[in-house]
Amino acid sequence: MARLNVNPTRMELSKLKKKLESARRGHKLLKDKRDELMRQFMNLIKETVQLRSEVESGISEADKYMAVAGSVMQSEALETALMMPSQEVEIEVGEKNVMSVCIPVFGTKYRTSDTGSIYSYGTAFTSIDLDGAVGALNEIFPKMIRLAETEKACQLLADEIEKTRRRVNALEHIMIPDYEETIKYITMKLSENERSTAVSLMKVKDMVLKQSHNFK
Amino acid sequence: MPELYKTAVIGDTASISGFSALGLSVFHETEPKTVSGLIDRLALNNFAVIYITEPVAVGVGSTIAKYRDKKLPSIVLIPAVGGNTGEGMRKLHEAVEKAVGSDILG
Repeated sequence: MARLNVNPTRMELSKLKKKLESARRGHKLLKDKRDELMRQFMNLIKETVQLRSEVESGISEADKYMAVAGSVMQSEALETALMMPSQEVEIEVGEKNVMSVCIPVFGTKYRTSDTGSIYSYGTAFTSIDLDGAVGALNEIFPKMIRLAETEKACQLLADEIEKTRRRVNALEHIMIPDYEETIKYITMKLSENERSTAVSLMKVKDMVLKQSHNFK
Repeated sequence: MPELYKTAVIGDTASISGFSALGLSVFHETEPKTVSGLIDRLALNNFAVIYITEPVAVGVGSTIAKYRDKKLPSIVLIPAVGGNTGEGMRKLHEAVEKAVGSDILG
């Protein structure tokens, strides 16, 4: 470990001791933060994986219906049927603070509360599979919104965990050992100085006594 | 009164046209350059969630990465009509690897 480049004085020593103290406290706090973030992250990632597989199977289900609808109906007719949606969805964005990481919370708001409004077309000229596709998508949509929320939260938490882990490691393996070594160095240097002063004083005393009294 | 945001879906026509019935904004784009610009534009225009099909997302990885650490928008990969490529799941595994140090989801 590298010793810090400071003057070996008492002032530096007391400064360093204070720094070491706060580094230790910071290390403990950050370690706790990392552990809690990790706990939250693990809960969230399990939910996200579950949601994602549900959403993926839901969408492929809808795609199947859509493929059949596309083969039965002309593509222009299909396009026309879906051209003017009567439903409209908006998202209310809230915020949740998890260990000082702001993660978004999404709430959905529909223009009309009528559940049938997703079928924006007449049923006379459209395939029943189109209804199936739109219905399947509508069913999976709340989960898709929740997925967007949890995936974002996972990304943000993962970034924060990585940052916190780096900080914890830097404190644990670099800053704290450096401070400890420098404190040891200054203490040794100071006591060495003290001893050397004592020795030179004794030497001077000897010389003075020898000169004045012809002491042996 | 909280501000209301919108939801977008980007991908090829066959995969995403069904979403327009639900009231989402649907963008039939697959060209990486256009999609990249589109994502930037959507991010500026109050879109909170952008769903993008996996094959299209592969071409605009850097643009998606740009919004990774932003609070909004949340960009979510969805399977296209051609089948699930597992790209969305892989992204989750990446996040786990980043957080934990190794992929423990298995």
